[in-house]
Amino acid sequence: MIERKEYQDYVSQNAPKSPMLRTLVAAFLVGGIICCVGEGIGDIIKLIFKEMSEKDVATWESCVMIFLGSVLTALGLYDKLGHYAGGGSIIPITGFANSVVSPAMEYNREGVFFGICAKMFVIAGPIIVFGVTVSFLIGFISYFVV
Amino acid sequence: MEIFLTYLKVFAVGGFVCMLGQILINKTKISSARILVLYLLIGALLEVCGAFEPLKKFAGSGVTIPIMGFGSNLAKGAMEGAAKSGMLGAISGGLSAVAAGLTVAIVCGFVFGLIARSRSKKF
Repeated sequence: MIERKEYQDYVSQNAPKSPMLRTLVAAFLVGGIICCVGEGIGDIIKLIFKEMSEKDVATWESCVMIFLGSVLTALGLYDKLGHYAGGGSIIPITGFANSVVSPAMEYNREGVFFGICAKMFVIAGPIIVFGVTVSFLIGFISYFVV
Repeated sequence: MEIFLTYLKVFAVGGFVCMLGQILINKTKISSARILVLYLLIGALLEVCGAFEPLKKFAGSGVTIPIMGFGSNLAKGAMEGAAKSGMLGAISGGLSAVAAGLTVAIVCGFVFGLIARSRSKKF
């Protein structure tokens, strides 16, 4: 028998380490570039539709980014990027699109209903549930407080 | 020159936000769903505190493109709904604010799920 502590030390020694500096730089660069692409899309939309309100521009911007993330995922490029960039590709909204499209593609063998439609929300489900619940609580509280 | 500075701010803040997430991933081996939920909650919290608006003014897409923007939209929609149309607004406001993005994500997921094949060889 080995002690629990000893075992944990052994595991942490032998577990695959993600090299700290390289992954941080990759996440910073890729995350920054994705945000700049979003800003660029927003600026282009502003140039084309001059009367559009700031809020609508932001909504269109995230719609386009989600679409781009989905297309890149469908082409198999986003997962390659994710392998390299980690957090840099997960945290932007394109990563949310990836988390919807990727399992939908993965499980389409299991049929349309319980494959694509159900498995689509494997990662996005918790995000939507937490988001909706929190927004309800915030709305509920602000209704009584404000 | 001004446009360069804007993009530099977007790049620096967006990159920094993603780098913080990467530190979490490296240190705790947290799964990506948890990271996304965590950032969503941070975004909602910042919005409630009123800290998100100045951040957005400073860095634009650097804070709205990370999933924090999604959380802040949910919170903002719920608060605006509550102020505008009472309890029903508080209930429906959050989802209405993010409905466009969510719809695009779900439709894209369905369509690409039908036509594209996964390239990762897991089988």
